[in-house]
Amino acid sequence: MPSLLKRRFMLTLFAMVALLLTACTQTATPPAPPAEIVRETVVVEVTAEPQVVETVITQPATPGNLVIYSGRSEALVGPLINQFAAASGVDVQIRYGSTSEMAATLLEEGSNSPADIFFAQDPGGLGAVAKAGLFAPLPAELVSQVPTRFRSPEDLWIGISGRARVVTYNTDAINPEELPADIFDFTDPVWSGRIGWAPTNGSLHAMITAMRQVWGDEKTREWLEGIQANNPVVYDRNTTIVTGVAAGEVDIGFTNHYYLYRFLAEQGEGFKARNHFLTGSGPGSLIMVAGAGRLASSPNEANALRFIEFMLSPVAQQYFASQTAEYPVVEGVVGPPGLPPLEELESAALDIDMADLDDLQGTIQLMQDVGVLP
Amino acid sequence: MLVVAGLLLPTAYLLIRAFETSEAALQTFMRPRTWVIIGNTTGLALAVTTVSGLIAVPIAWLTVRSDLPWRRFWAVVTPLPLVIPSYVGAYLYISALGPRGALQQLLEGPFGITRLPSIYGFTGALFALTLMCYPYMLLSVRAALMRMDPSLEEASRSLGHNATTTFWRVVLPALRPALGAGGLLVALYTLRDFGAVAIMRFDTFTRVIYLQYSSFDRSQAAFFALLLIGLTLVLVAFEAQTRGVARYDQASGAVARPPTIIALGHWRWPAFAFCALIVSLSLVLPLTILFYWLVRGLLAGEQMGNLGSAVWNSLLASGGGAVVTVLAALPLAVLVVRRPGRLTALLERMAYSAFALPGIAVALALVFFGISYARGLYQTFAMLLFAYAILFLPQAFGALRTSLLQIHPGLEESARSLGYRPPQVFLRVTAPLMRPGLIAGASLVFLTAMKELPATLLLAPLGFRSLATEIWSAVSEAFFARAAAPALLIVLLSSVPMALLSMRERRGMS
Repeated sequence: MPSLLKRRFMLTLFAMVALLLTACTQTATPPAPPAEIVRETVVVEVTAEPQVVETVITQPATPGNLVIYSGRSEALVGPLINQFAAASGVDVQIRYGSTSEMAATLLEEGSNSPADIFFAQDPGGLGAVAKAGLFAPLPAELVSQVPTRFRSPEDLWIGISGRARVVTYNTDAINPEELPADIFDFTDPVWSGRIGWAPTNGSLHAMITAMRQVWGDEKTREWLEGIQANNPVVYDRNTTIVTGVAAGEVDIGFTNHYYLYRFLAEQGEGFKARNHFLTGSGPGSLIMVAGAGRLASSPNEANALRFIEFMLSPVAQQYFASQTAEYPVVEGVVGPPGLPPLEELESAALDIDMADLDDLQGTIQLMQDVGVLP
Repeated sequence: MLVVAGLLLPTAYLLIRAFETSEAALQTFMRPRTWVIIGNTTGLALAVTTVSGLIAVPIAWLTVRSDLPWRRFWAVVTPLPLVIPSYVGAYLYISALGPRGALQQLLEGPFGITRLPSIYGFTGALFALTLMCYPYMLLSVRAALMRMDPSLEEASRSLGHNATTTFWRVVLPALRPALGAGGLLVALYTLRDFGAVAIMRFDTFTRVIYLQYSSFDRSQAAFFALLLIGLTLVLVAFEAQTRGVARYDQASGAVARPPTIIALGHWRWPAFAFCALIVSLSLVLPLTILFYWLVRGLLAGEQMGNLGSAVWNSLLASGGGAVVTVLAALPLAVLVVRRPGRLTALLERMAYSAFALPGIAVALALVFFGISYARGLYQTFAMLLFAYAILFLPQAFGALRTSLLQIHPGLEESARSLGYRPPQVFLRVTAPLMRPGLIAGASLVFLTAMKELPATLLLAPLGFRSLATEIWSAVSEAFFARAAAPALLIVLLSSVPMALLSMRERRGMS
């Protein structure tokens, strides 16, 4: 079989080139790498040919299939899952929805669920499914790749990529150097009428849950009351906050970091909003992970584990950094270009364990008591 | 009976879930804030219904009974706003009319206006929901107008009333069932809507329910959803009360008689301007913004996905959903109209009970029952159609009931006395007379199924993509250009069947 051999050879060659490229980016780049160079290298590596991915995955004779319930949007993770399917030969079927819808569906389905993997946008959704006893523990060689705080203490789910909470500001109205480093300082009356937030949004709930962990309920209530006293403009979700900030409806907004890059991509550098990372201290710079778990009822265990293995591979981790501007969770993978490194953001919030963020009911109750939520 | 059993599934499911609820739900329920929200919600529903009526009745009358210029064009385009998903529609309105939206940008140069008055809150919600919901009333009123026997009006005219008095004293009262059915749909849609009120920042009951789902508490969510069903039943009873026991049928089978066309005289152009205003606000404005998103994104080098399978799936599922729903609603409508009684009145209420529920509650109910009792059907195309039938049955039911009420039972009785068997009577007499109602019901279901989201996401076969899911997936991650293409397609594709139906309507009339 000369053609097969040739293909093997080509593959190996490809793999070596890819490895070299990765090695180059990792060794040759200083801590704050020039954005453009990293982006270039990564794009070539991830999207060029699926063969590159095959170096990570071995393709068995009968690849079988895999069912994923994804609370992450197809626009973000679809291309990556397709690469996994192409490289592994597995027949991957995906149901997309919001994380809360997918979690509720899994809870209704119970052990009859056709799903193998739940891929969720936030730890809250994973925690709800884990609490119902629907996840099977993941093998140690997988979970050990990710820092403890980014996974379930019982190894029931694992973080795959991270998003940072930020303050998005209008570039006409705000000089970023004057912005506070601690999110608590936004309770100052000078911010009256200038803040935008989305009290019904899951990421904000996660941040407030983190506040309760770090600050305690009393200070968190004080923060909520202080923000509420500043007459914040209420938005329905993060994207409308970013739109509102850029349009000048409000001066600053509490959002997740990666939405801004979508707007910049479509509307150009003239888009009047930028991110301020709260590097000072406290839960304002919370890193939230999106992650996945394997259902205990999963009919395709081997493929489910291969999928998670792939998601933790350098190829996939680089995809998040370069394509969705998210933070890789596996150590040693270069972060999103042009953004402050994870360690810098986490100096204060390092103690926050994702698994502790599941007391959403308590957070909602507190927000209702303060009158922030209906 | 099977249909009714299907309709009761969501309620049964919610009862099971709500039974597990804790003290917390009761506490939330007892807070004064909850009652303010219930008041908000009811107020918004009534306001949207009233304003929708003020838009829908004139347009329906103008497009059926007057010599309005471009009458057929208006007939095709005025129902189309129904296909724009409410979360997209409301987003488009704030992009255009927000304090610092596109309109303000246009005015800033010449007039120096830096900020428009806020659109958010009650006004914005009323504005957006009315422009997206009025077609519910429009379609049912049109169907009723088309079936109305012109001899009634001729009699009124011969008794010395002029055209205006005739409209108020004869036409409008005869439209009452259609107004009731359409108005109920508008009110209930407002109750269950989430996207538009969320973007317009107006607290309604669905926001409380969604909040519970997003914090993964299905039991509390179910508890509040049951309250929403309670509110629905009150509205349905209210509608039945206003309709009373009056009869709206006519003895002749006068399908062949086209309605008389009334010349508008010097009112022709103001009427034209009214239609143009409504269509530009409800359709042209959102489409313009979508088009702008698309062009802006393409210029910035955005990648567009392939929409082929989404288009096909949308058409197949919505078309199939329309047929299945009308077939399911038909026996129910016949029973309710032809065998009025306490039992059938109860059936009628049940038919509406699920309609005000947020789609997610209905979808989860079907997940719950589907996985346990219909494993073979679970997450198949058939299951999706079944979900649509449950979700949209009231829409078809309202239209069918209205047209049945206009058919005199004597016609069916005489057919039977001539030796026809009941099924033959139905096929040869009742069905042809009901045609406008059947068409209106099917179009309503088709248009709303095109944008349906939660049930499609949870219950469709794995990997199923429709235009609505494509729009949702893109908008939720701020891929505006990628959302614009399917959103424009959804409107375009929906206008084709609407144009075809309108041509059939015309043929039926002449």
